Amino acid sequence: MEKLKYALYTGCTARESTPELLKSTLAIADKLGIELVLLDEATCCGASHLQDYDDFLSLVLNARNICYAEKLGLTMVTICNTCQLNTAMTKHRLDTNPELKARVNAKLAEVGLEYKGSSEVTHFLYALIQDYGLENLAAKVQVPLSQFNIAPFYGCHNIRPSELQNLSNGGENPYNPTSLDDLIIACGGVNVDYEEKNKCCGFHAELQAPKTAAVLTGNAIAGAMDANADWMVTPCPLCHLKLDVQHHNASKAIGRDVKLPVLHMPQMVGLALGCTPAELGLGHHVTKVDFV
Amino acid sequence: MDTLQTQQVTFKVFRFNEETDYLPYYNTYTLDVTHEEVVLDILNRIKWDHDGSLSYRRSCRHGICGVCAIKVSGKAVLACKTRLFDMIDVFGNELVIEPLSTKRAIKDLIIDKKDFWDKHAAIKPYVEADIAEHPAQENLVSPHDAEKLLEADYCIQCGACHYSCPSLEINEQYFGPAAFAAAYRFAADVRDNASVERLNIVNEEAQGVWDCVKCMECAQVCPKEVNPIEKITKLHNMIFEAGVAKNNVATRHAVGFAHSIDKHGLLDEGELVRYSEGNIGVMKHLPEAIAMWKNGKIVMPWNMPKSKNLDEVKKLIKSSSTVKF
Ligand code: SF4
Ligand code: SF4
Ligand code: SF4
Ligand code: SF4
Ligand code: FES
Repeated sequence: MEKLKYALYTGCTARESTPELLKSTLAIADKLGIELVLLDEATCCGASHLQDYDDFLSLVLNARNICYAEKLGLTMVTICNTCQLNTAMTKHRLDTNPELKARVNAKLAEVGLEYKGSSEVTHFLYALIQDYGLENLAAKVQVPLSQFNIAPFYGCHNIRPSELQNLSNGGENPYNPTSLDDLIIACGGVNVDYEEKNKCCGFHAELQAPKTAAVLTGNAIAGAMDANADWMVTPCPLCHLKLDVQHHNASKAIGRDVKLPVLHMPQMVGLALGCTPAELGLGHHVTKVDFV
Repeated sequence: MDTLQTQQVTFKVFRFNEETDYLPYYNTYTLDVTHEEVVLDILNRIKWDHDGSLSYRRSCRHGICGVCAIKVSGKAVLACKTRLFDMIDVFGNELVIEPLSTKRAIKDLIIDKKDFWDKHAAIKPYVEADIAEHPAQENLVSPHDAEKLLEADYCIQCGACHYSCPSLEINEQYFGPAAFAAAYRFAADVRDNASVERLNIVNEEAQGVWDCVKCMECAQVCPKEVNPIEKITKLHNMIFEAGVAKNNVATRHAVGFAHSIDKHGLLDEGELVRYSEGNIGVMKHLPEAIAMWKNGKIVMPWNMPKSKNLDEVKKLIKSSSTVKF
C-alpha cells in the first residue's frame, strides 16, 4: 500500500483540554505508517458559534485553514467532529458559490493566500476506514479488545446533515450509522447498540442551556450503561469533554448516577495496536480508565 | 412491465386511545410490501384489511399538506412520501410505527399539535406592513429579494423537525426549528416592518435561538429541505446586525471566539468560559476546572499555544469582520 499522508488540522481542543487526543492520534499514525503533517498555522474553526456572530469572518478563517492543506497538496484530516463540520461546510459553500468564493479570496489575497478548493476534508475516522481499510487495520491488531463491550458515541457533527457529510463519510446513514461499530469490531471488541449512539451530547449549549446539555449527556451515558457497555468511544473531543468531565452534572440532571470511562477513537485503536497507556495519554481522563 | 419486488415486514404499531386507555400498547402486523408502496399505503392496508379502528391523519397524499408526519423506527417522515423499501434499507425488516410525539398522542398516530401551533403563532407568522387602503399598484417583491427567504417558505408545518428536536424535548419553552424557520421567513421579507420585534422574541432566553444544541437533526429530517438550522444561524446574525443582542452568557459565548482567535489564533478555552460567564458566574465551573487541572487538561495562560503566522490572522480579523458587539 502506498504510504498515506495527510495534513492534520488538530483544532484547539486537542492542544488544550484533550491533549490525549493529539497524543493518541500521532501514536496510532506512527504504528500504522500514516504520515501526518501538523497544520500549525490553522486557527480555531469557531466551533459553530463564531458564525452565529460573524458568518463572513468565520468563512474567511476556515478557508484560510484549508489553504494551508492545499499548499501542501494534501487532504486535510480533522480529529474533531465540529472542526469537520465547520471546515466541510465552508468548503462546500465556497465550492458551490463562485461569488462568495471570490469575496473570501479577495480577503485572503491581503495575506497572500488563495482558496482553490483543491484539498478534500475528512475526519480521521473515515480516513482510517476508507483509505487505510478496516481489514488492513484488523491485520495489525495485537491486543484484540474481545473482553470489552464498547458503546460507540458518534457525535452529531460527523453524521448530520448527511447531504454535506456524505461527501466524505462514505455514505453513513445518520439514523443508523455503522462506521464506529465497524471499527470496534475491527479492533476485536464487541459493539453495543443503544438508542443514544447517534444523538447529541449537548456540548454546544452547555453554558447557555446547562440543563438541556446535562440531560442529553446523562441520557447518552445511561443508554450505554443499560446496554451493558464497559466503556464508550467517540471520534469527537467535545463529546469526550462532555461525557468524561460532566458526568456529575449529568447525573444530577437525570436523577441517576451515570459514569463510564470514555475513550477517544484513536485511543481505542491504539490499545488494540498494542500502544501503552502512556503513549495514549490515558492518564488525562477525569473518569478514570481503570481497565488497562 | 417491471416485476413487483416484495419483502416481508413486521410492523409494530403504536396504539392508544386517550379516552379509554391508561397506557399505550403496540399491535404487530406482518405484511408483504412491494417496492412501490409508501408508509401510508401500509397504514391504509392495516386499517382496511385488519383493524378499522387504527387512526392516523392523511389528506393530500402528495407531500403538500403535512398532516401525515409520523415516526418510523424513530425517524420522522411524511407517511405519504416515504418508500417502505428505503426504510427497510436503514432499519431492517422490523419497523416501529409511532406518532411524532408519543406523549402527545390522542388516538394512535394522531397527536395534539397545540404546542407547535402556539409557538408558530408566537413568532408573528405574517407580514406586517403599512399598505395604502386602495393601493394604486401591486406591492412587488423582486426575485432577488425573494431569494433572501432561502426557501424558508417551503415549510409545510408537518412538525417533523419540531418533534425531533432534542432541545425542545427537554425544554418545552423552546420555540423549536419550525417556528424559527418561520420567524426567519418573515424577518427576511423586505415588505415586513416587524423584523426587530420578531428578533426580540427569538432572542429571549430559554425560548429563543440560543438554546439550540446544534445537533443538525432539523436539517436532516425536514422533508422539504427547509434547513431550519441555517435559518437559526441567520437569526443569530440578524440579532447582532440589528444591534438587539443582549449582553449575556449566550451572546458573549459567540463573540468570545472572535476575541480568542484574534489573540491566539486558537481558542483560549478557559478564557472563553470566563468571558462568557463573567468573573462570578465562572465560579460554578470550579469543580470541573479543578478535576481537569489535576489531569493536565488545563493550559495555563503563559503556556497558551498560538497559531503560526498570527499576524495574518489579526489582519484578516480586522479586514473581514462584518459586525460589532
Ligand atoms: S471545534 Fe473546537 S476543537 Fe475544533 S477548532 Fe473549533 S474550538 Fe477548536
Ligand atoms: S454530539 Fe454534541 S458536542 Fe458532539 S459533535 Fe454533536 S453537537 Fe457537537
Ligand atoms: S439543530 Fe437546534 S433547532 Fe435543530 S433540531 Fe437540533 S437543537 Fe433543535
Ligand atoms: S421545517 Fe420542514 S420538517 Fe419542519 S415543519 Fe417545516 S416542513 Fe416540516
Ligand atoms: S398526506 Fe399530505 S403530506 Fe402526506
